[in-house]
Amino acid sequence: MSNKEWPLYEVFIRSKAGLSHRHAGSIHAADDQMALNNARDTYTRRSEGVSLWVVRSSAIVASDPAETAAFFEPAEDKIYRHPTFYKIPEGVENL
Amino acid sequence: MSDNEALLAYVTRLGDNALILSQRMIEVVAQYPELEEELANANFALDYIGQARLFYSLAAKLEGKDRNEDDFAFLRDGHEYRNVLLLEQPNGHFGDMMAREFLFESFYLLQLEALQQCDAPGVAEIAARAVKEIRYHLRHVSQWVVRLGDGTEESHARMQQAIDDHWQFTGELFAADDIDTAFTEQYSGPNLELIRDQWHDNVAAVLNEATLTKPADEWMAAGGKQGRHSEYLGFLLAEMQHLQRSHPGATW
Repeated sequence: MSNKEWPLYEVFIRSKAGLSHRHAGSIHAADDQMALNNARDTYTRRSEGVSLWVVRSSAIVASDPAETAAFFEPAEDKIYRHPTFYKIPEGVENL
Repeated sequence: MSDNEALLAYVTRLGDNALILSQRMIEVVAQYPELEEELANANFALDYIGQARLFYSLAAKLEGKDRNEDDFAFLRDGHEYRNVLLLEQPNGHFGDMMAREFLFESFYLLQLEALQQCDAPGVAEIAARAVKEIRYHLRHVSQWVVRLGDGTEESHARMQQAIDDHWQFTGELFAADDIDTAFTEQYSGPNLELIRDQWHDNVAAVLNEATLTKPADEWMAAGGKQGRHSEYLGFLLAEMQHLQRSHPGATW
């Protein structure tokens, strides 16, 4: 009997029609089909979703934590990219 | 046999099948080597407990003797249980459990699909709910039968043995007795001959994909539906009923 670990998959769930899929967690499975079943059995027991995506964790390209500064900090001092300079017209509700 | 007697007996059998299989599945909770499969097994067992409750509640109503679902589950003796023998067999190894669930659910799904169309009060509604659960279970266990059958040399041999060992209990699923016949006539219930043909086709397709050999129909065990059980049911009930028998009416 082999004790090889099954590959890791990331699970994404759409909680209702119209919303986008959100990362829910990860599971182990021997192949794609089993991953879908395991995701269903692990993450949708309390009616969390209407659609499931699974993807091998190894297929995800992630940003490097060491490069966080180079990646994200340049955006911090560019407040003009946020729509904070518009005046809200009077009388407009629900904005 | 009056219509109501046949209906009560038939509904009790459905409840007994669901409860006995769920109890067998619960025996291995917290013993799985993989978390995901562990959760699947426990989920499936809970599905069955839910179905047993619905069938027993309906049976209690039909009986009209002031008993409830718990009385049906915990206060009946082995000879009063009418589940098929297949479901009370000991768990064995994982392949044995998959073989048992695969052979039973291939039948149960067809039975439920037919029951959705029946005229018996209350039964079609329960079947409509249960059919969705069992459709997924069958997908899950079929996948395991294929995976193990078409796996390594060892998994193939053990899966084949598991199918062979459980085959003798499949004849009872389709052996219509007075209750089956009366229910089907009175309430447009399932046609067991049609279901048997369909079952053979469906089971053969999965076994074929799993590179497993479909056993020949030889001697078949029977008696569970009439209350004549193997020795294993007594031990199962002793464990399941112990608390209610020792402390009647205990709740938490």
